[in-house]
Amino acid sequence: MEKLHLEYYLVVSIIMFFAGIYGFITRRNLLAILISIELILNSVDINFALFNRFLFPGQLEGFFFTLFAIGVSACETAVAIAIIINIYRNIRNIQVKNLEQLKD
Amino acid sequence: MEYTFIIVLLPFLSFLFLGLAGKKLAPRVAGYVGTAVLAISAALSYLAAWQYFTTAKVGGVFKPWSMDFRWLNFTKDLHIDLGMLIDPIAVMMLVVITTVSLMVHLYSIGYMHGERGFQRYYAFLSLFTFSMLGLVVATNIFQMYIFWELVGVSSYLLIGFYYTKPEAVAASKKAFIVTRFADLGFLVGILLLSFYTGTFSFERLTSGDASLFNEAGGVTFMGCSVIGWALALIFIGGAGKSAMFPLHVWLPDAMEGPTPVSALIHAATMVVAGVYLVARLFPVYYLEAPDVLVLIAIVGAVTSLYAAVVACVQTDIKRVLAFSTISQIGFMMVGLGVSGLEGHEGLGYMASMFHLFTHAMFKALLFLGAGAIIHAVHSNEMGHMGGLRKYLPVTRFTFLIACLAIAGIPPFSGFFSKDEILAATFHFSPLLGAVMSFTAGLTAFYMFRLYYRIFWNKETRHDHAPHEAPRSMTIPLVFLAFVTLVAGPIPFGKFVTSDRAEYLIHLDWTVAGASVAIALVAIALATLLYRKESAIPDRLATSFKGLYTAAYKRFYLDELYLFVTKKIIFNGISRPIAWFDRHVVDGTMNGFATLSQRVSCAIRGFQSGQVQQYVMVILLGTLFITVLVLFI
Amino acid sequence: MNFLSLFVLIPVLMMGGLFLAKNLKQIRLVATAGASLLLALAVGLVVAYLGERAAGNHEEMLFAAKCLWYAPLNIYYAVGVDGISVAMLLLSAIIVFTGVFASWKMEFLEKEFFLWFCLLATGVFGFFISLDLFTMFMYYEIALIPMYLLIGVWGSGRKEYSAMKLTLMLMAGSALLLLGILGIYFLSGESSMNLLELAKAHIPTQAQYWIFPLVFVGFGVLGALFPFHTWSPDGHASAPTAVSMLHAGVLMKLGGYGCFRVAIYLMPEAANHLAWIFIILTGISVIYGAYSAIVQTDLKYINAYSSVSHCGLVLFAILMLNQTAMNGAILQMLSHGLMTALFFALIGMIYGRTHTRDIRELGGLMKIMPFLGVCYVIAGLASLGLPGLSGFVAEMTVFVGAFQHTDTFHRVFTILACTSIVITAVYILRVVGKILYGPVTDKHYLALTDANWYERTSTVVLILAIAGIGLAPLWLSDMINGSLLPIIQHVKL
Repeated sequence: MEKLHLEYYLVVSIIMFFAGIYGFITRRNLLAILISIELILNSVDINFALFNRFLFPGQLEGFFFTLFAIGVSACETAVAIAIIINIYRNIRNIQVKNLEQLKD
Repeated sequence: MEYTFIIVLLPFLSFLFLGLAGKKLAPRVAGYVGTAVLAISAALSYLAAWQYFTTAKVGGVFKPWSMDFRWLNFTKDLHIDLGMLIDPIAVMMLVVITTVSLMVHLYSIGYMHGERGFQRYYAFLSLFTFSMLGLVVATNIFQMYIFWELVGVSSYLLIGFYYTKPEAVAASKKAFIVTRFADLGFLVGILLLSFYTGTFSFERLTSGDASLFNEAGGVTFMGCSVIGWALALIFIGGAGKSAMFPLHVWLPDAMEGPTPVSALIHAATMVVAGVYLVARLFPVYYLEAPDVLVLIAIVGAVTSLYAAVVACVQTDIKRVLAFSTISQIGFMMVGLGVSGLEGHEGLGYMASMFHLFTHAMFKALLFLGAGAIIHAVHSNEMGHMGGLRKYLPVTRFTFLIACLAIAGIPPFSGFFSKDEILAATFHFSPLLGAVMSFTAGLTAFYMFRLYYRIFWNKETRHDHAPHEAPRSMTIPLVFLAFVTLVAGPIPFGKFVTSDRAEYLIHLDWTVAGASVAIALVAIALATLLYRKESAIPDRLATSFKGLYTAAYKRFYLDELYLFVTKKIIFNGISRPIAWFDRHVVDGTMNGFATLSQRVSCAIRGFQSGQVQQYVMVILLGTLFITVLVLFI
Repeated sequence: MNFLSLFVLIPVLMMGGLFLAKNLKQIRLVATAGASLLLALAVGLVVAYLGERAAGNHEEMLFAAKCLWYAPLNIYYAVGVDGISVAMLLLSAIIVFTGVFASWKMEFLEKEFFLWFCLLATGVFGFFISLDLFTMFMYYEIALIPMYLLIGVWGSGRKEYSAMKLTLMLMAGSALLLLGILGIYFLSGESSMNLLELAKAHIPTQAQYWIFPLVFVGFGVLGALFPFHTWSPDGHASAPTAVSMLHAGVLMKLGGYGCFRVAIYLMPEAANHLAWIFIILTGISVIYGAYSAIVQTDLKYINAYSSVSHCGLVLFAILMLNQTAMNGAILQMLSHGLMTALFFALIGMIYGRTHTRDIRELGGLMKIMPFLGVCYVIAGLASLGLPGLSGFVAEMTVFVGAFQHTDTFHRVFTILACTSIVITAVYILRVVGKILYGPVTDKHYLALTDANWYERTSTVVLILAIAGIGLAPLWLSDMINGSLLPIIQHVKL
């Protein structure tokens, strides 16, 4: 199997990254925003793994960091979802535009 | 002569004592204390007068005596001193003030008996006496100004003595503000005069030293010399206190005060302060600004005629007396205005001072008599009087004496003094003399109108028969009547003259005869119209309705003043300024605040708290910078 | 340790004492003791000062001391007094003393109130003893800040708005001032903040032209210079009694004193050339404040506008740049301080009883509370310049001084300023006539009581001071005159 070029992977991760960004900016639903954040994170994870694989084949830091990031993001998602659930319990809604009570 | 200091100081101590401890004293005690202190002052004044007039003459001229101490420094030359200047007019004024004040103090024990604030009344009377005495012994023009203001305030306090009566409050306010306005002129005059002469001292100003005025020699303003302006402004101050037309509006209203106060302040003493001021500065007026003296004579004549006309139709007896006072002060001013300085030319000055003296006595008598009448019938209106001659014999005879004196019938004191003023006026200008003679006739007419309407005419019915006043009130009446009877032949020219040398009085019999004749005709007319109840006065009033109403309304001057103060100053200036302050000045400041709030709101828009918006901005910013870095 | 520093130290110690105080009684004890101590100290200072001068000490500043505070910027803690600051210290001590008695009955948070009050006093005293521009500015700020809380928390009416407005406007002023001070610091070529050293150095004339307006306006805001005076009516109206007293009585004097000490003293050329602009503004203040006061209906507004008029006269006199007028300016500061404090104290007492300050609702109070009525009349008479009370002495000195200029411009404005004495009479008598005289307007008032002992203490002390200056002004005027000489020599080009 011919080795795929780095660029192909990068294209995927860029698409993922910007899809995440786009989603983060445009979505009004907290869950969708959270999903977008995951997309961004994962695209970065891919990049870590890629660059480790292509540029420093003998080393493992990139992979470790990816694993670490996945772990952190799992925690983060847990916290975020807990917050979202609480918000939902309080105001029966998870649209960002309604969350302005902490302002002013 | 050092003891003269005590004359002035005693009433002040009495004021402090009565003012601070008054509440703890029984009213009667307060009255006695006040009266006793004044009696001491009066006795000392008589002593001072006797001593001064017998010993101070050096080479045919009275030498002034003075002492003073530094009170406040302004510049190298200008400083206020407080002190005593004893010279003939000051001594005369000391005698007049302490005498009248003593009489008023005594009289008030009976008149004010049982009034609320009796102690306060005596405290104010003492304060007034102190200020007035301080004014007449002033060694310099600034000391005079100081006491001038104090006199104004004590007058304010006394007019407003019945402070729960709105009319009294309004009258006191009016009196203070009108005279204060005039004092502004006085102050600016003092500032001008002292700036150019470098001194406040009367002795230096009146020394006849022309070099004092050299500095101002060339300075003119609107065609008149600056010293002339200064003296005219100072005269405005005098005109305010002395109720000269058109600054007289406060005096009739001031009759809201207790009647003895009117006798003391608004008849005998304070209102002649303006005359005294001009007399004090007379050499300066005569030498530096003779034009201003002519102005003074004209103002005096106009005032005198105006007030006499108005007095003929007033029905409140105190107002009649008030206008009569204004008219008589006009006479004094005319006397000063037409006078010369040296020797025989100084007739007007001497006559004016003499009239001041006699007028103080008989006008105080008239007011105190009016007080006794008011005390008996509890009203100021002529309509409520009439036929009182049976009930008030003492009051009636003393009142009659005063009326004869003011009408200028010999041998009462008013005849001598008024006649000399008329003689001096005729000497100055026959036209002015004629006006003044006519005014003298009017005086006789309205005084006897007053006399008949009170004591004769139709008897009004009273709930209980009016009774004669108590002893403490009649003694002053009798005393003052006695003075009025005997003061005429005093050789006044020996004591008080313009150049402090002796002046021999000899009556000008043509003038005297004519004025007596005029007075007698006027009295006869008044007798005809008012002795018995008659319909003629009413008919006259209807046939000259316009003139009558105008005179009754005092030629609408009060309305004019009201218009100026209410409409122009209050609504025309102050309200717009206050509005301007709240809306424009403050509006601008608030505008700044609103503006910065708007700006900060706009800036806050960025800090929306919307993470998505932040990300958007970050993204765009990154792109922008990337583009910048890559392509530029 | 110089004994002048006690003026700052005592209020600080008072604050410590207040922290420890457990109940209202102790709070009052600490406040009264401290204020009395300050008053005694101020009187002692006057005596010591006059003694030194009589002994022939001709130093410009007496009891001077300094120690290095921040070396890199050459900032010293420098203190010293001349006749003018002695007079101002005496004024401040009297007002702090009477202010304590005027706030005897606070409604709530007494401890905190007195704490801020002491901080304010610290700033005021520190300002008057400082000879170093930096510490002067620092104390100035210390005096301003507590005002915000004192009005905002203990005030009445639209207190938040007023507190905010007052603080912001004064802060804007002190921003200008800071710029000016920095300008002086860097452009004088001395790199010094010491007033005396700066006065010897010459600030380039060009620089003076922009620094002078900054400093003058900066201090002028506090001195109620038209058109920057609008904080004053609102601020005074909302402030609690003692704060109004201290503010109008002393704090507004910081402005006048600052204009005089910093703006005129350090920048004589600019003062001479630019005076006309500010003479116009202050002339307007004098007349404008008086006319505005005529139509006000709230007692405090009337006095606030009256303060604008009187403080305008202070700045007006300073700008006349001659000895007599400046002497008058200082006297006017003292006199205005005392009588406004008296006015505000009395208004506070009347308001505390009737719960209204609207003159249309008040009436006939003289009959119900004669003591307060008489005091009010005395305050009014002092304000309209009755001889024998302090106002007369001050105003006459100002007018005579201002009249020494012969040109038409000065003459016109002097005469205009003179007319204010008539207008003052109008509004004072209007108020007195409406609220004290006449029939009693509300029968509830009949049950009201006259002054208590602490209210009497407060008013009597002020009246004694007013009458004292009014009856025997010579020593005070001479004390000030002596200290004006160096400044006058400086200003005369």
